[in-house]
Amino acid sequence: MSPTDYTRRQVTGRGIPVPGNDIDTDRIIPARFLKEVTFESMGEHAFEDARKQNPEHPFNSPVYKGASVLVVGQNFGCGSSREHAPQALMRWGIRAIVGGSFGEIFFGNCVMLGIPCLTVSQADLEWLQREIGKAPQTPVNVDVDKQEVRFGDRTIKAAVPEGARKQLVGGTWDSTAVLLDAGTAIEATAKKLPYVTGF
Amino acid sequence: MARTLLDKVWDAHSVRTLPSGQTQLLIGLHLIHEVTTPQAFQMLKDAKLKVRMPERTFATLDHIIPTTDQTRPYKDPLAEEMAVHMIRNAKDFGVPLFDMATGKQGIVHVIGPELGLSQPGMTIACGDSHTSTHGAVGAIAFGIGTTQVRDVLATQCLAMAKPKLRQVRVDGALAKGVYAKDVILWIINQLGVKGGVGFAYEYAGSVIERMTMEERLTVCNMSIEGGARCGYVSPDQTTIDYVRGRPYAPQGAAFDRAVTWWKGVATEPGAEFDDVKRLDGGAIEPVVTWGINPGMSLGVSQRIPKPESASEADRSTFREALAHMGFQSDQPIKGAKIDVAFVGSCTNGRLSDLRAAAEVAKKGKVAKHVRALIVPGSQQVEKAAEAEGLHEIFTAAGFEWRKAGCSMCLGMNPDVLVGREMSASSSNRNFIGRQGSPTGRTLLMSPAMVAAAAISGAVADVREILK
Repeated sequence: MSPTDYTRRQVTGRGIPVPGNDIDTDRIIPARFLKEVTFESMGEHAFEDARKQNPEHPFNSPVYKGASVLVVGQNFGCGSSREHAPQALMRWGIRAIVGGSFGEIFFGNCVMLGIPCLTVSQADLEWLQREIGKAPQTPVNVDVDKQEVRFGDRTIKAAVPEGARKQLVGGTWDSTAVLLDAGTAIEATAKKLPYVTGF
Repeated sequence: MARTLLDKVWDAHSVRTLPSGQTQLLIGLHLIHEVTTPQAFQMLKDAKLKVRMPERTFATLDHIIPTTDQTRPYKDPLAEEMAVHMIRNAKDFGVPLFDMATGKQGIVHVIGPELGLSQPGMTIACGDSHTSTHGAVGAIAFGIGTTQVRDVLATQCLAMAKPKLRQVRVDGALAKGVYAKDVILWIINQLGVKGGVGFAYEYAGSVIERMTMEERLTVCNMSIEGGARCGYVSPDQTTIDYVRGRPYAPQGAAFDRAVTWWKGVATEPGAEFDDVKRLDGGAIEPVVTWGINPGMSLGVSQRIPKPESASEADRSTFREALAHMGFQSDQPIKGAKIDVAFVGSCTNGRLSDLRAAAEVAKKGKVAKHVRALIVPGSQQVEKAAEAEGLHEIFTAAGFEWRKAGCSMCLGMNPDVLVGREMSASSSNRNFIGRQGSPTGRTLLMSPAMVAAAAISGAVADVREILK
């Protein structure tokens, strides 16, 4: 996809499994790295403490270098609203995430960055994590439009909420322009609210 | 058909339906702070956009500021740079900033309600997940990321899908020594840390109805820890009495007209919910977390459960939690030794929280091996507590009395755990590394329980101390 092509119909790339449930955004990027006025350095700190504590962490493994499809467990990205978390993953190289479920603010932040997050069943995500571990060079195909994930000769059913799917597939996830399109309807809505007009 | 507050507020703020099917939702109040906004302001500058409604936008400094010496420049050059950016952006874009000199500075979720900025029937957004706090006054309040902050700055709107609505009813009566913090920790324990995904939570039932506004703020604050997109309490007389007279609340005849409107946005009797969950408030005892997410908790008289009690998919996290915390299954949580005690944060940094902790602090002295901090949530809380002499109770008992800020909740300022220190904390997250040390450990509990742990040197049952 070219830099000006905002559509996210499909993402294809090698997978990287990060097993475990309830992996929070503090774990993805510890707060001390948020003391920055840009997002530029975030990529190098993705999972920093977890990687230091666990040499076996997938983000340390040369096998997964260059991977772009992250496969996670349940409630991934729960906790803090810090966009630094998806920024760190994106700058590390992640382009799509497949998991059991996602923290809602994290999910929304990913959409804003054009990173599709697809949910699959527990059995399928365990299978996918296992198979990627066996064949890390095999590409994972994430089809946002059809809501499917393909690996080897198998296709898994996946899901994305309809609004997010349309934003990603239609390339309208960078929402400022879309919201600005409402024009004076914004002020008109505000003027109907008694607390805006002073009751 | 009877409607809910969520229905009514959503409709009143809907600008239009977007091509994606989502709603373009007008945000009535945008609160900002130094950590999640510098990049958003830069994006605005790059796109040559202004802040759409600067009069509906308010800024504070909270996450990075030290709670001891607050003289500028701050010792940490990175913190200083973030403060400089916030101050400059507020000035350049015409956004009011509650800095130290105003006497109104504090944690964004403490000052919003305190100043009367947060009002019933509003939509509120802030680049912080605990924005759900403001739902306590009957608002629909969303935590958002930085790119969404850019959207709200530039358009005063968010693109959002309406969440489903679950009513969480807590009935019965709370026992002595059981606080709002215990109620929300128990709700999360029962419904799970991901139980609320896809939902907004409406808190109701006799326990919630009897709560003061400050208690409701504590409950709504941790909605996000239960996975919910937001949480609120439908406005009632407690809400109206709380908002009356606050600096940014409507005054005089306008207040009376506001009350009529606020009553009109409340959830109507007979309204239907996508789901209803009921809890018995009388069954709740003081709650302590033992693990690495806020759902891993137990009553203070209980023993840490076995991994087999968790679902198969959750067992690896369960074992990881035991290993990180250095706990064994079947070990009682009571008596677990602590190194640090922290009362403060957007969850429990209000005057009533400090009063509850002071009540316990009167009963003893901080154990010799414990470092104990009391951090007011705002300059106004600090002032009010000092007017009552709470600071003297704390310092006499060996607690440090600090200045307002986020402090040890999140490890972005000098207040951090060191090494594997075990912290009894009134904050909201016990995630690995949350309090600033990658190996640090956190036990979440109510402010009174934190004070009890501080003077006991270990997790204690505050009910025994308050006897």
